[in-house]
Amino acid sequence: MNRIDIAPILAGLAMLALWEGLTRFFQVPTVILPPPSAIGAALVERGPLLLPAAGVTMGLALTALAISIGLGTLIALIFARVPLLERSLGPYALVLQATPIVAIAPLVIIWTGIENPRRAILILAVIVAVFPVLTSALAGLKAVDPGLDRLFRLHKASSTQRFLRLELPTAAPFLLAGIKTAAGLSLVGVVVAEFVAGTGATGGLSWRLVEAGNRLETATMFAALFLLALMGLALNAVLALIEKRIRA
Amino acid sequence: MPTDPPIRLSAQQACVRFGTLEALGPIDLSVRAGECVVLLGPSGCGKSTLLAALAGLQAVASGAVQADAAGGSDIPGVVFQEPNLMNWATAQDNVALPLALAGVDKVERLGRAQKALKQVGLATFSAAYPRTLSGGMRMRVALARALVNEPSALLLDEPFAAIDELGRRALDDLVLGAKRDQNLAVLFVTHSVDEAVYLADRILVLSPRPGRIMAEIAVPHVPRDPAFLTSPAFAEAAAAARRVLSAQLVAA
Repeated sequence: MNRIDIAPILAGLAMLALWEGLTRFFQVPTVILPPPSAIGAALVERGPLLLPAAGVTMGLALTALAISIGLGTLIALIFARVPLLERSLGPYALVLQATPIVAIAPLVIIWTGIENPRRAILILAVIVAVFPVLTSALAGLKAVDPGLDRLFRLHKASSTQRFLRLELPTAAPFLLAGIKTAAGLSLVGVVVAEFVAGTGATGGLSWRLVEAGNRLETATMFAALFLLALMGLALNAVLALIEKRIRA
Repeated sequence: MPTDPPIRLSAQQACVRFGTLEALGPIDLSVRAGECVVLLGPSGCGKSTLLAALAGLQAVASGAVQADAAGGSDIPGVVFQEPNLMNWATAQDNVALPLALAGVDKVERLGRAQKALKQVGLATFSAAYPRTLSGGMRMRVALARALVNEPSALLLDEPFAAIDELGRRALDDLVLGAKRDQNLAVLFVTHSVDEAVYLADRILVLSPRPGRIMAEIAVPHVPRDPAFLTSPAFAEAAAAARRVLSAQLVAA
């Protein structure tokens, strides 16, 4: 069994207690900063509204992640096979990666049409999440041990055999590290895109966040933030588990 | 009169060039079934290049090289300087790799891999991952992998250089055992004179680049045991090899 470190749990509880105590002592208005107890109450009260919204956002993030994994690996494979393509297109990929996603968002929304917010959100999330997958997969594919490469040549391995038995296993740990980064980014991408799309059409969690902000329901905003953080953590935990399985 | 055993490895006037650099040759060489020929020579003289050419991994610029099958696999067993194991696969899966690449079905290849592991004394380590094995054990796995598809020739490129004296002797004995039991033609590259004499039926001393055969030293057919290491025959062959190598140093 893994031993659970109680130090961070105790520290968290202490901070929550301090937060609760200070907001009560100084009588801070809940609109500015609600105490944890109010946030907990909002979570329970608004749960029926927030949880389905969280489901939508999580679903979009997972879809974007899946597309990013497939697309990133595919492009990496093509780049690894055709170095000329990597040399000529690589710099432009970097430009796209370096451009802030918020700045691209309105354009993508125009192109996909305002009536297709789901598609726009997926495209935007994939744009941010695909790069860590691409770069890590490419690094992994290039990390093939030259000695093993020679052995595969000696035994006249086909390119399929080479891919399945040599390149993929070599790249797997690299790819997994990239996927972990991509998971966080796909969630960020979805949330940012939902903000920019600014419609309730998809009914995601960031829409609820904006809505609560407009109504000055600060406790509900915190509850939504809490759920977002929880989703990020859950994604990370699942990937860490997969990583452990593969490394074992 | 018994006829000579068939030739399994041969080179005829083989030359290798890297760009304008003459790396090797011309070289003539033949290794018969059941014979161990050791290539001895200074660093960079093209020993490894000759081995790679015989394995089909390096094209020759002129002349020819050949590795002949005898019913078994036409791909020779090769052991490189490093074990080159897949660290994500068990010892058994590593050994089974040549069979997997040849399309042998799983049950059969795992059975044959297990047999090869037993041959190198690692029968109980089939489920072990490379990182849990010592350097000598990893080399044994590499040797088992080279033997698993029952090749008719075995090529070894300074395989045991990084291994301690005793472990090395044990590995040398495994090579000699495989040569005898499977009637293998063995071509062994080393820079250790003692290892060369212990293993070889014939030692070929190569010149500095481009490597050519400078001398051939026959080693007497006596049992390879600890007594051989301290015998006059061993000392004589080792001295002969050292004389040729020193003459090169003087000439260079």
